[in-house]
Formats: sequence, C-alpha cells, structure tokens
Amino acid sequence: MSISRRKFLGWVGAAGLSTTIGKSASAATNKHFAGYPDSFAILHDTTLCVGCRSCEAACNKVNDLPPPDRPFTDLSVLETRRRTTTKAFTVVNKYDNPKKSGHPVFYKKQCNHCLEPACASACFVRAFKKTKTGAVVYDPSVCVGCRYCMIACPFEIPTYEYDQALTPRIRKCTMCHPRVIEGQLPGCVEACPMEALSFGKREDMIKIARERFRKYPDRYVNHIYGENEMGGTSWLYVSGAPFKALGMREDLGIKPAPELTAGALSSVPIIVGLWPVLLAGIYAVSKRKEKFAQTDQEEAVASALDKDRSEQSQPEEES
Amino acid sequence: MAHVTTGERKSIFSLFNFIALIVLGVGIYLTYLRFAGGLGAVTNLSDYNPWGIWISFDLLCGVALAAGGYVTSSAVYLFGMKKYHSAVRPAILTGFLGYALVFLAINYDVGRPWRLPYPLVVQQGTTSVLFEVGLCVATYLTVLFIEFSPAAMEWLGLKRARNLVVKLTILLTIFGVVLSTMHQSSLGALFLIVPSKLHPLWYSSYIPIYFFVTSIVAGLSMVIFESTLSHRFFAHKMDETHLKEANGVTLGFGKAASYVLAGYFAIKVLGISSGNLWHYLKTGYGTWYLVELLGFVALPSLLYAIGVRVKSLTLIKWTSVLAVLGVILNRFNVCLIAFNWHLPASERYFPHWMEIGISVFIVMIGLILYRFIVTRMPILYEHSDYKDAH
Ligand code: SF4
Ligand code: SF4
Ligand code: SF4
Repeated sequence: MSISRRKFLGWVGAAGLSTTIGKSASAATNKHFAGYPDSFAILHDTTLCVGCRSCEAACNKVNDLPPPDRPFTDLSVLETRRRTTTKAFTVVNKYDNPKKSGHPVFYKKQCNHCLEPACASACFVRAFKKTKTGAVVYDPSVCVGCRYCMIACPFEIPTYEYDQALTPRIRKCTMCHPRVIEGQLPGCVEACPMEALSFGKREDMIKIARERFRKYPDRYVNHIYGENEMGGTSWLYVSGAPFKALGMREDLGIKPAPELTAGALSSVPIIVGLWPVLLAGIYAVSKRKEKFAQTDQEEAVASALDKDRSEQSQPEEES
Repeated sequence: MAHVTTGERKSIFSLFNFIALIVLGVGIYLTYLRFAGGLGAVTNLSDYNPWGIWISFDLLCGVALAAGGYVTSSAVYLFGMKKYHSAVRPAILTGFLGYALVFLAINYDVGRPWRLPYPLVVQQGTTSVLFEVGLCVATYLTVLFIEFSPAAMEWLGLKRARNLVVKLTILLTIFGVVLSTMHQSSLGALFLIVPSKLHPLWYSSYIPIYFFVTSIVAGLSMVIFESTLSHRFFAHKMDETHLKEANGVTLGFGKAASYVLAGYFAIKVLGISSGNLWHYLKTGYGTWYLVELLGFVALPSLLYAIGVRVKSLTLIKWTSVLAVLGVILNRFNVCLIAFNWHLPASERYFPHWMEIGISVFIVMIGLILYRFIVTRMPILYEHSDYKDAH
C-alpha cells in the first residue's frame, strides 16, 4: 500500500464514487475514450513480488470463491503455468529470470480492467461496464452466455461456468469494485506483504512507476506495461525482466479493441443505404432490357410476318 | 443422370429412415444431457476455447451454406435471369431450413437461450459485431419464412394470401440481399477483434469481404450440389420445366462460381501481399494455408471453368462438393484451427463426440424436414393452379 487510507477515502469522496456507481457504459461506444479522469489503477511491481500467494487467498475470500484445489500456502502450484478460472480470479505464476538465473520472477495475472475493454465492446447485451473507479464490472442478470467476450479479451481473462446448467455466468476480477466504492482497498492490495501492489489514481501510479525507474534504473526495464497496451489498462506492471519472460504478450499494440471493429460496423449504414438503391436500379435495368427484348422480339416477329406476307402476296401480284 | 427407380428408392429411404431414427434417438438424449448438465457435460469447451464446432460448423458454415437462397433469388428476380427460375424455390427452402437450424443450434450453444431476445429488448450492445449478426439473422430468418410461405400456402390452398405474398417478391428479395450482405460479412467481422489470437495468414482487415465473397461461392455450389441430390432422390417430384432447366442451372451457376472463386483467389493473394505475409507461408501454418488456397479455392475455380468449357455436368457437380468443402474448411480454419494458434497443444480444442452428435442431429432434422416438404409442397414443380403466375 503506498497511499494512506485517509487520502484514499478523500479521493473516493471527491470523485463522488460512493453515490454514483459508474454511469452507463460509456466504454461501450465507438468513440475513443482515454479513461475516466481520476479513475484508479493498481500497479504491480514484479520486482517486489515474492510469489507468496497471499493476494490469491485474499481474492478468494473477498469474492466468496470456493476453496482452492490446493491450499494457498502450497507454493508448489507456482511450478505450473496457471490461468484465471471460475474459482480463481487471480493467479500468480513463476518464471525463470533470463537475466539472473536462480532468481525467478513472479507475475500476478487477473483482469487488466482495460480503459476501452474488448469484452465490453464485444458484448451484445452490454453486460460489461467500465465504471468511474476504473473497474470493468459484469452484470450476470442480462448475460446470454454467448462467450464472445471471452473470444474478444486479448488477455484471455473471462472464464465461464461451464458446469452450470441454468445460471452459467462469466466470472472475472472486479477490481473489488464493491469494496472500493465503500472506501476499502482491493483485497489483494490490502493483503500483499511486500507492497508489490499499489492502489491509487492512475496518473499517480504512472508517476510512481517512473519515479522508480529514475531511482533504480538498473532494476527495471523502462516500460510500464498497461500504460498504452490495448489502449491502456487500469492494471499497470513494471518489471526487471523483459515482459515476454513473464508470459505477457508484447505484440498487442496500442490500438484499443473497439477500434478494431468500428470500421466494419460503420459500413452498415452504407450497405443499408446504398444496396437497396443499387439493387432496385439493377432490377429496373433488367426489367427494361426484358421489355426491350420483348418489343424487339415482337417487332422481329411482326417484320418477319410482314415479310412473309409480302413474300406470299408477291406471287399473287405476279399472277 | 441415373435416376433411382421406385424399388431402389424405397430401399434407400428405409435405410435412411433407420439411420434417421438412431440419430434422432441419440440426439434427444444428448439434448437432455446438454440442458440438464450445462455445456460442460457434453462439450470440450474451455476458458481458452469458448467456441467450438457449434459455432464454427453450425453457425458459420450453416449460414454460409444457406446462402443459396439470396444468391438464386437475386439472380432470377433482380438480375432477370429467368431461365433459372425453377431453382429459386428449392434454394429458398434450403435457405430457410438452413437458417432455422442455425437458430436451433444457437440455442444449444449459448448458456441461457431463453435470454436470446435480451440483446433486442433489454439492452442493445450496438458496439458488438455479434449484435449486428443476431439482428440480421433473426430478420433474415423471418424474410426467408415469408419467401418460402407461398409454397406452403399453395399446398394448403390459401390462394389469396399466397398471391399477396408473391406480390412482395422483389421487395423481399432486395431485403434479403441487404441482410445477407450484412451478416455474411459480419460473421467474418466477428474475428476483427482478435488480431492477437488468429493466425496472421487468416486474420485480415478484409475478413468481412472474404466471408461475404465465399458465401456467394457456397450459395452457388450448394444449389448445384443439392440439385444433384434431389435429382437422385426426388426426380419423380420434378416437373418438365424443372428437369429441363436443371442442366442450365448447373452450367450457369458453375460458371458464376468459377469467376467468383477466381476473384476470391485474387483478393486473398492481394491480402497476403498487402500484409506482407509471405514469410509465414514457409511455416507449417503456411503449408496449411496453401492447401486451403490452392486445393480448395484455385482448384475448384479451375475445375468449374473446365467443366463449363467442356459442358461436363459430372465434373461441375463434383467440383461443387469440393467448393463446399473449401468453404467449410475456411470457416474451421478461422474459428478453430488458426484460432488460438499461439497456445500450446495441450490447451487447444478438439470437439467431444457429443458435440458432433448434436451437430449431426441438427443436420438430420434438416434432412427430414426437407424431405417432408418437397414430397408435399410445390418446390420442385409448379402447382397446377399457379402455372405461369410468376
Ligand atoms: S482484461 Fe479482458 S476481461 Fe478484463 S477488461 Fe480487459 S478485455 Fe475485459
Ligand atoms: S457471454 Fe454474456 S457477457 Fe459475455 S459477451 Fe455474451 S452476453 Fe456478454
Ligand atoms: S501477495 Fe504480493 S508478493 Fe505475494 S504473490 Fe501476491 S503480489 Fe506477490
């Protein structure tokens, strides 16, 4: 925790967050959105993380998740590469440090709470909302269960309750939205014994990260993962090893997901507007051709008949 | 063309009935498992692989292969190709059945099918490509139903209503083309949002155009393919005009398909060079891509052209099978094989036999309905009361 509780509560009050729980999904528009001013972010300093799984345990508790397959004190699970599941909204994975062998690095994975979430833009019932706090929250009461959000998420975060027959939900980290609007810290941030997680305003988190780069230039790769990735996220990461070594994709680019489909969607009015006119035109032309063909044919028949008649009449004249 | 004799037909149909019975029985049981136990009980879907064959085959292939309806009706009614008129009704029927089955399959795939109207009536996710797909497919299913209805009304003797609907033909056809253009391409546009998951050879900002163009190929080829099948099994239901026009339909549609495939080949190559993706062709995925592009796009284009040239109906008919398989292969590649290519093999998806079982079950329902309808309603022949009414 890098901020005091009082300061944090002050922010919450200032942003009026305890009363307005995020307006309707402004994230789900085609317009570019650079994030709510004063929204929060969490900075994960992987150089401080020791892979203790306290954050996983806290997440499990605050979200009332079922007990884990292996107790949170069992660190052997770190040996296998894990992803988020319906039972674990966050997982810590261990990776070899390419710079210093024998000193593994850890990376905590969960929903990144994108500024312009792919999941929200993909959902056809707007079940996801980017709230003013920065959290991307999900409303199971409208979800149809099409799972397009899971396809769309570039970080492969949303999980689905495949074992539920009647009420399957998408499950993912909420950035502890319910706690934050009540002035509490996210469960994982509160639980981390190493201060590897910091919660605060996004701009401040970026400042803190830069400050650390400046102070300890040897310790960090000079890049804040999440500052611009996929248009920016509300989880930010700094690391000593290249991010790729932490299993994070470096090829995602900085274009926010909604922009990827905006072009195709904006062509809809063109099709709807132009196609009928064009097709009606084609119809008219082919109809006209047909008519001409018909008159042509009639004329041809008529002239043939004329010719026939005159040919027939000629001998009569002769005779 | 070898027409099946009455005796042979009987034994084929009793074999068909036998298989149909088994498939239906298994299908009903699997349906129970699916809705009692959730998706996990019958599928291999996972958090990494949320879409399986119910999307790649039933939705993506289903919609593409049902494109015969709009392709044929626009050729005849809008472009004035009257000589293909007898192909319209069977094409509309298969289109209608195809979309109805797509809708049925979607009910299996989504978690809470009873909420399928939500995107329309509760909250509209207009930024979603899937929203557009859903809206268009629902509307087009209705249009196809209306387009199909005259055949049913002639059968039921509802003269007045039938004549009313027939008056709307042009309007419905235009509507159908607009809707088809939109959702055929949007099915491709669904994948625009996943540049990081779909292999670069298949990911392209042109993917909506690719999907639309291949839907035309699928539509044309399916009309040829179906007419081959229905000549084998339902020739006794066809009237003079249908039998007379059928060869012309095969030749004409084969020619059109050859051109469209050639054009598609060209824009695919253009896509590769504009994205400068040549180096990927040397990889394993590249080989697979070339198999698709050369074996299932270039080859059918060539074979169609030769078939039309030498007027070989047999060649054109076999080529239609190849072209249809090509479109299916393309949809599988985009949705399953080249999707999640970055994941280790252990995280990849392979369908559970029960998923395949449900898909077969749904196709079987289509075949049964098709047979029920063509043996009763004026699809392959003109009703005697309405001759020359078009
Ligand atoms: S990480 Fe994925 S699930 Fe989380 S907000 Fe971004 S797109 Fe949505
Ligand atoms: S599964 Fe639910 S939340 Fe995800 S896109 Fe579909 S309707 Fe939206
Ligand atoms: S609680 Fe902190 S130190 Fe422990 S694994 Fe989580 S982030 Fe790392």
